[in-house]
Amino acid sequence: MSDNWITVCNDSDLTPGTGLCALIGEEQVAVFKIKKTSELFAVSNYDPIGEANVLARGMTGSIGDALVVASPLYKQHFNLATGECLEKPDVSVKTYPVRKNGDVIEVQSVA
Amino acid sequence: MAKQRVVVVGNGMVGHKFIDTIIGAPEANNFEVVTFSAEPRLAYDRVQLSSYFSGASAEQLMLTSEGYYDEKGVKYVLNEKVVEIDRAAKKVVTASGREESYDTLILATGSYPFVPPIPGNDGEHCLVYRTIEDLEAITASAQSSKVGVVVGGGLLGLEAANALKCLGLETHVVEFAPRLMAVQLDEGGGALLRRKIEDLGVSVHTQKATTEIVAGENCRYRMNFADGSHLETDLILFSAGIRPEDTLARQAELTVGERGGIVVDNQCKTSDNNIYAIGECALWGGKIFGLVAPGYSMAKVAAGSICGKSDEFVGADMSTKLKLLGVDVASIGDAHGLTPGSLSYTYTDDVEQVYKRLIVSADRKKLVGAVLVGEVEAYGNLLQLVLNDMDLPESPEALILPSIDGSASSGLGVDALPETAVICSCYDVTKGQIEQAVAGGATDMAAIKAMTKASTGCGGCAALAKQVLDASLLSLGYEVNTDICEHFAHTRQELADIVRVKKIKTFDQLLEEHGKGHGCDICKPAVGSILASFWNDYVLSDDNIGLQDTNDIYLGNMQKDGTYSVVPRIAGGEITPEKLIVIGEVAKEFNLYTKITGGQRIDLFGAQLHELPLIWEKLVAAGFETGHAYGKSVRTVKSCVGSTWCRYGVDDSVGLAIDIENRYKGLRSPHKLKFAVSGCTRECAEAQCKDVGIIATENGWNLYVCGNGGMRPRHADLFATDLDTETLIKYIDRFLMFYIRTADRLQRTSVWLENLQGGLDYLKKVVIDDALNIGAELEAEMAANIGNYQCEWKTTLESPERLKRFNHFINSDQKDSNLAFVLERGQRRPATKEERENKVTLIELVD
Repeated sequence: MSDNWITVCNDSDLTPGTGLCALIGEEQVAVFKIKKTSELFAVSNYDPIGEANVLARGMTGSIGDALVVASPLYKQHFNLATGECLEKPDVSVKTYPVRKNGDVIEVQSVA
Repeated sequence: MAKQRVVVVGNGMVGHKFIDTIIGAPEANNFEVVTFSAEPRLAYDRVQLSSYFSGASAEQLMLTSEGYYDEKGVKYVLNEKVVEIDRAAKKVVTASGREESYDTLILATGSYPFVPPIPGNDGEHCLVYRTIEDLEAITASAQSSKVGVVVGGGLLGLEAANALKCLGLETHVVEFAPRLMAVQLDEGGGALLRRKIEDLGVSVHTQKATTEIVAGENCRYRMNFADGSHLETDLILFSAGIRPEDTLARQAELTVGERGGIVVDNQCKTSDNNIYAIGECALWGGKIFGLVAPGYSMAKVAAGSICGKSDEFVGADMSTKLKLLGVDVASIGDAHGLTPGSLSYTYTDDVEQVYKRLIVSADRKKLVGAVLVGEVEAYGNLLQLVLNDMDLPESPEALILPSIDGSASSGLGVDALPETAVICSCYDVTKGQIEQAVAGGATDMAAIKAMTKASTGCGGCAALAKQVLDASLLSLGYEVNTDICEHFAHTRQELADIVRVKKIKTFDQLLEEHGKGHGCDICKPAVGSILASFWNDYVLSDDNIGLQDTNDIYLGNMQKDGTYSVVPRIAGGEITPEKLIVIGEVAKEFNLYTKITGGQRIDLFGAQLHELPLIWEKLVAAGFETGHAYGKSVRTVKSCVGSTWCRYGVDDSVGLAIDIENRYKGLRSPHKLKFAVSGCTRECAEAQCKDVGIIATENGWNLYVCGNGGMRPRHADLFATDLDTETLIKYIDRFLMFYIRTADRLQRTSVWLENLQGGLDYLKKVVIDDALNIGAELEAEMAANIGNYQCEWKTTLESPERLKRFNHFINSDQKDSNLAFVLERGQRRPATKEERENKVTLIELVD
């Protein structure tokens, strides 16, 4: 387990334009694949505003130049690269390194 | 200081307006208001009387209620006619001997229908048309009649003719003058109106003076005319004009006019300083005003006067625009060209049956009058020209000529209107007031209506008010940006057109060709909905899945803790005991919180992702389908039990509800759609607060549209009456598809209609008259949609690939550890933050 990269699923399990949730140690991580570019992002699955583990079920998109996920509960946008909430800058979610390694997707545990 | 006693004799539209004005004034506390009505109910909308025959109830016509008067401290005495004024003692006496003293007396006694002194005019089936009681008598008489005659071809006479036609009688109009609506229309206009009305099956007889009414041979009566001809009929309605009800004033020796009417000054005071007269009983400047708007002005002036203001009544414009027997008619100012030296422009179109005439001043600078029949769009602009004494444009004829190349007709722009121009005459709203509302934050018609009341009366000014709105938004520097979001420089309607016309099947293609960026949670679901509305492909295909809100992706409604609720379809609210038991068993097995919804079905809460397929497997196996409670789509068709069981039901509301729900189930739309079907006018299914409401009548189905409960309740509009089922379905198909094509994102039908230019009339033209010639297209689109229906849960369960998504983690079978529940009233619910922190007894979840 060099550098704590953890395999979460096959690349084909993650449909472009959607997200899914992986368990990394004790932490719930939402992993997204951007439709146009197949770029991968990973942020905490916990929505700090709605206070529920739901972000992986949110919708991705762009606001200006930022790639974002919208919370499925109350629709705040979180920047996928930085974790910042666009509507409430004092709130943010943890981000995780994520990569495609061959046929699988891996998330780095940064505990 | 003791309160001033204000006694109002007559609680008609004008009497009520006076009371409403005075109790709304800052000085309201200085007055104690008592009102008498000879009728058995408080004020109702006499102008809309004929809607009683197209389904409106007496209740719906009410302008006020006893509860409202009670709340405002207004005393009212119904069924009590005032018969005497004792001016010396300042009191009134009623027929039953009741006495009431006054400081100020308001006479709002209105008018009575003039019945020509023809021998035989007092028969049992010789009636008049003014009160709800009259309508009841007409309805009763019609039941034993086949033929009906209206005496009088004026405005009211034609309204009355419409009533007889609605009641299914062979209808005739007998008029003394050479043409219909002789007061408002010129010869050309009257002739076209006659043609149109005759086309509708109403026989018109002009230049007929009735000499006597005798027993008939084939019918109940025979009317003999001065020219030797005659007409047989079972029912006669006199509608030959009104006379001011001034009996009380005469008894009290107030000054009355030679031909009746209580003489008033500019403050609406009679010859007695403590007595005012307002409305149709008042004679001002030698004139009686038989329209409601001037009556309302008088009411406001009188109320202002007793509050110490010095507003004056200065006469009123008698221009009118109305729909008579479905024919649009408008008359403005000097319709007969009586102004010395006046000239006219006339446009006649025999093909489309349109007649328009402008009367201009001798110097051709000002408009002095106009007549419009068949097409009255120019009314608003023309009226403004007259009322504001504005100069005519270079070529006045352009005001009535149709636009040839589809460009907007060269009417005057709203910028030309002065601030004081009255846009909405029902509620006296000026251009300036609308502009203020815009400055105060109103940016759409719905807000304008809420803030100013403009366009909420007859609705005739809607187009003009919208123009003022748009112009002031622009002048305030608002960029009227209707783009759906930053990714598409288009409205939802434009996107829908693009998708439909270019047959675009995916979001990516649309974004590539017409947008930029990656899309967002605004445009993606909107486009997803459009794609589903027109092509109805599986919403969870790889192309579509990213466009759906979580609710659509997991085919359930996400609740606050991230769990889902499950709602199987129970069409029409009808369910067998066997199926009810299945739902109960499923709920028990998965420990789901269970609640009956407002749409007559059952909501099961608290399902976790991995449980959804297990739950649906059982439901689908038992014959259930998804209820689409998660989608912006057709939800439910609520119904009452109808004629199958109910003693009062006149048709099978449950059967129709089930058919309709099955027809439109799964239809994706700009927002959710709710329907209801009632089996009789008792309306137990509450169809009149639904997007589509249907009520059974003796003669078929009445269709209501664009109602809403919820956040902004809106009473539905009656759209069409007495439809057979086939026509009903055709109209609903067209209505829904037209809404889907043209509405904004997340715009319910109620708001859509309020913002639709031309409003209900336009919608009727599109759906019923097929004015845009798209009826067949809309029906074909609906048929294609219905043909592609699939139960999304059934499709999902058949694909193991899809089912992979239904797990909280992709790489673990663990559950979401954050979920916590407590027990309440025998069922579980999510624990509150406090309960979690205080560790109250949480329920163990077992698999």
